[in-house]
Amino acid sequence: MATDTLIRPDRPLDLEAVPDRRPRHWPFSPWHFFLIPLALIMLMPLIWSVITSLETASEAQRFPPVLIPKALHFSNYVDAWNSLPFGHFFLNSFLYSLATVAGNLLFCSLAAYAFARLRFVGSNLLFVLLLVTLMVPFQVVLIPTFLIVRHLGLIDSVGGLIVPNLCGVFGIFLLRQFFQSLPVELEEAARIDGASRLGVFLKIVLPLSAPVLATLAIIQFMWSWNDFLWPLIIITSPEHSPLQLGLSMFQGAHVTNWNLLMAGTVMSQIPMLAVFLFAQRWFIQSIAYTGIKQ
Amino acid sequence: MADVSFRDVTKEFPGATVAVDRLTLDIPDGEFMILVGPSGCGKTTALRLVAGLETATSGSIEIAGKNVTHLSPRDRDIAMVFQNYALYPHMTVYKNLAFGLRQRKTAKAEVDRRVTEVSAMLGLDELLARRPAQLSGGQRQRVAMGRALVREPKAFLLDEPLSNLDAKLRVQMRAELKRLHQQLNVTTIYVTHDQIEAMTLGDRLAVMSAGKLQQVGTPQDVYERPTNVFVAHFIGSPPMNLLQATVAEGRAQAGDLSVELPQVPEGPCIIGIRPDSLSLREPDDSRSALDFDIEVVEPLGGELLAHGSVNGHLASPDTREETPVLAADSESRAEITAKLDGRLRLKAGERVRLAVHPGEVYAFDAATGDALR
Repeated sequence: MATDTLIRPDRPLDLEAVPDRRPRHWPFSPWHFFLIPLALIMLMPLIWSVITSLETASEAQRFPPVLIPKALHFSNYVDAWNSLPFGHFFLNSFLYSLATVAGNLLFCSLAAYAFARLRFVGSNLLFVLLLVTLMVPFQVVLIPTFLIVRHLGLIDSVGGLIVPNLCGVFGIFLLRQFFQSLPVELEEAARIDGASRLGVFLKIVLPLSAPVLATLAIIQFMWSWNDFLWPLIIITSPEHSPLQLGLSMFQGAHVTNWNLLMAGTVMSQIPMLAVFLFAQRWFIQSIAYTGIKQ
Repeated sequence: MADVSFRDVTKEFPGATVAVDRLTLDIPDGEFMILVGPSGCGKTTALRLVAGLETATSGSIEIAGKNVTHLSPRDRDIAMVFQNYALYPHMTVYKNLAFGLRQRKTAKAEVDRRVTEVSAMLGLDELLARRPAQLSGGQRQRVAMGRALVREPKAFLLDEPLSNLDAKLRVQMRAELKRLHQQLNVTTIYVTHDQIEAMTLGDRLAVMSAGKLQQVGTPQDVYERPTNVFVAHFIGSPPMNLLQATVAEGRAQAGDLSVELPQVPEGPCIIGIRPDSLSLREPDDSRSALDFDIEVVEPLGGELLAHGSVNGHLASPDTREETPVLAADSESRAEITAKLDGRLRLKAGERVRLAVHPGEVYAFDAATGDALR
């Protein structure tokens, strides 16, 4: 063998003669040539909105856009906060998002458990029907939903935002798939140990589902927080507006205060970012979980 | 503690699969009963029926004289050990053991006392703060046993509890299970397809096949006096050799082998010879002989297994299968196994003469498979 001739105890090791067989180590992978520009394209709108939020009104109006402003006007944030009832907007958005997250965790998990484990007539048909509704665009059910909410007397209220969004088909589907992957023997063991159906659900199934529940919570929070169309339809007064709808007030019929609008937008994204950073551990874990049996 | 009875129990699954077919079986208080059979024979379903995890299609199940057929699992006061242990992964060993007691609102001091007692009995004291993921296979098995013991139930149900352990641990746990049962004397139903477990652990065996109970009896009884060809073939390792034979004038003829079987009616039948009934002794008046071509030799130390062929036709232990009509040519070979003295030096390719005592030859009806003597 080649190494036998190169490395001999009677001779000092000749390093020059040993060919370097290690692969060359770049500090990055060739993929980065592709991924970094792609990331920049994705980040561009975000960067642009942050820059715009720090410009003067005239800089913000200009085209082509001014990407390096003369000075950073942090006062835009104060102006934006003072020119509209942002406190109300934030409060409404938090109420809307937290209530729908709570509602989805409660109702979706119960429904999903029934679909995953209980045997009842027509359960499969019912589940398929539910899935079919996922394919119906929101615009189609917008008017019927509006009429129902009006009958409930919830037009122009935060309650009107929350009630139609308390339980979503997506959540039922996501949780059902996860529950089905849990070993059924755990639940049988608990039933023999004396737990009721609800006891099994609360003490065995839910604690084991923390990652997927966290995922649903994040997704639902994001949806509610960023929701614009539904609030636009049913909310008319600023004191019941959530953030996204409130921000649109910067957009007048003739003039748009782009710098203030962007300052408001950046502020509105901070809670979303915080939630994601806080829960991303579970989020990623649950994506890794799917399909893997214990 | 209590006796458990099946009364004409049938369980059908959707799609018309009959998993358990009119099972009637009485398990007296304190007995260690083994349900044994090949996979898919309905033994696990029978166990799940006792646990209440399945509901009988017809018939009834009684525990301690009380009809529990329609009771939920929690109201039956039984404990079950699952094949994969089913330990709650998010709870510590202590909480796993205590879960059943907590569900039944047992006082905290009492929970503590029983968990401590059971964990000492099973050597789990050091592990109480760990989670199942941090335990070895054998430790998990013991926690699963502990979870059943701590409840002090009327009956234990064990579903192949040793099948996930390695061979050495299995032997160790088998002895431990037997010791536990002798100590506690609680009615136990144990499902297995491993006949060594069945023979060594059970007070009695219930052999099942295709949902039907084939035979119930002590291990020795079932081994020595199988009621049909299925049981004869299933119990015993290596399995009994089965040959097609014809009986005429009190003698059964199967290939070269001619055995005196005076009580057996004339006509076709199946004869069975256990591998350990065959020996290399010279045939004499009291023994019949057959030529055996050795193909494979497996030395086991004290004894050896010789696999090879003899003249004749194999018979199937499953009498529902169509038995091919005996061909007239004598060329047909049947694969059989002999368990011989380990000191013999036999080689593949050798032809030897095997002898068997007629008293050790079993005979079964060719059509129904029932034992004929």
